[in-house]
Amino acid sequence: MCGIAGLHFRNPSLYPRLGELLGSMLQKAAGRGNDSAGVGLYADPGTIPPGQSTICLLLAGATAGDESTSPAARAATAATAARAVESADPGLGAITAAAFGQTLVLTAQASGSVLAAAARVALPHAKIISQGQALTVLKGVGEPTALAQEWRLADRGGWQGVAHTRMATESAVTPGGSHPFSVGPDQCLVHNGSFSNHEAIRKSLITQGVRFDSLNDTEVGARFVAGRLAEGASMAQALTDLTRTFDGFYTLLVSSATAFAVVRDAIACKPAIIAETPDLVAVASEYRYLTDLPGIETARLFEPDPEVVYVWERSSPTSPLASTLGTSRSGN
Amino acid sequence: MNQALHRAAPGSAWEVAHPDGRHAIAVGLTEPISVRISGPVGYFAAGMNEQATVEIAGNAGVGVAENMMSGRVHVTGSASQSAGATAHGGLLVIDGDAAARCGISMKGVDIVVGGNVGHMSAFMAQAGALVVCGNAGDGLGDSIYEAHIYVQGNVGALGADCVEKQMRPEHLEELAGLLAAAGRSERPDQFRRYGSARQLYNFHVDNAFAY
Repeated sequence: MCGIAGLHFRNPSLYPRLGELLGSMLQKAAGRGNDSAGVGLYADPGTIPPGQSTICLLLAGATAGDESTSPAARAATAATAARAVESADPGLGAITAAAFGQTLVLTAQASGSVLAAAARVALPHAKIISQGQALTVLKGVGEPTALAQEWRLADRGGWQGVAHTRMATESAVTPGGSHPFSVGPDQCLVHNGSFSNHEAIRKSLITQGVRFDSLNDTEVGARFVAGRLAEGASMAQALTDLTRTFDGFYTLLVSSATAFAVVRDAIACKPAIIAETPDLVAVASEYRYLTDLPGIETARLFEPDPEVVYVWERSSPTSPLASTLGTSRSGN
Repeated sequence: MNQALHRAAPGSAWEVAHPDGRHAIAVGLTEPISVRISGPVGYFAAGMNEQATVEIAGNAGVGVAENMMSGRVHVTGSASQSAGATAHGGLLVIDGDAAARCGISMKGVDIVVGGNVGHMSAFMAQAGALVVCGNAGDGLGDSIYEAHIYVQGNVGALGADCVEKQMRPEHLEELAGLLAAAGRSERPDQFRRYGSARQLYNFHVDNAFAY
């Protein structure tokens, strides 16, 4: 069991409230999983200054609720890491660093991929959990509400965000095993459920040269989607391909710099509810996460149908594009 | 709050305000009381209901009226999956849609859905009636026993051993009664009836020798 929450704003006046509203949803989602949590925020001005790129890292040895690690000690660790990355590539220029609980956020004028390359050299044991010009991923092990305070989530803004509370089944409870998984530029994937054929797909992707950061089943889904998007597939096509490749139980919330998408498996036993208003689209595992959202009383509420890919494109925010698949037949 | 409802005097009327999608509201009622819930509810609302009349003015989450024994549960919005699951009796009315597995393993409840039902509805249904004024998803009535299914719209696909059956006068009468009880205006002669073909293993007398 895990909890999923997501917000996609159509009305820019809501952007400053992303963290506050997503935090309310995350707190209620803790009822479906409280061993770890994470958020993905799009264009949070506090972690991605306009025109800069950000990479988010988990340093080796980052552990849950480590109360002996003071904010000052974490800030010092962040500063040391930033200097190390600067030394690895002098062309990067100045790097700013900030610690948000177990997550370290590095920002620079360079592109996310250049920044990430330098970080891999300077901090070979760190795990890069996001890179890009829009996305900030903050995650870790611990009680979700406490983590949200470490991330100062209520102060975060942005035009889109996803959140996840985890009750682990398929891999260890570690910061790296928590969601969201971001393995492509500005892409984010969170998952409620479990894939049953992920090991076979992992092996197939490895033979194609894909590298993995964890033994988590969700990472396989994220790598698969990232691969299809890199090949030029649309989000709708990438997720349609996922439904034809992956077996198991899943509700997935997948986001990118241009899209916000939901898909459930054919059995659809993992819950999901969608609320749409003129100002926002919200996705949650349970209705009760949505009750603090503006306009929820008059929102259009519906459950996503099985194996139907729902995509809201940012380029046309008022006309959601829902691509429909044929439903698959059970064997009997 | 549920404890207060459990102690309520027969015949009393209650209102639950601001449910905000919370789970297990008005569960396990055993007396003939009436409860109006003004807003959307979470999981298992009015579960195990006996004798009480529960109206949910909004949507219901997973498992509304699960294992109901008697009484009446009315959802004015839509219901999530497994509405009326395993219920033994009473009447469940859903004005909107019901998601997957509506009436799964129903054992005597009558369910009237104003909109559509999702896939695998009435799976292993044993007794009672499922009335769908809209369309039904795939796998309708899979492995059904003796329950009656009436659908006005389209059926995505029938489940294993579920077949269309002739609508005889007694079925039209049963359906008219259910539609009236649910406060609906559809015409019974616009529906089709589905039920068990009785071809699965358990229905073959030859297999009795296995015991």
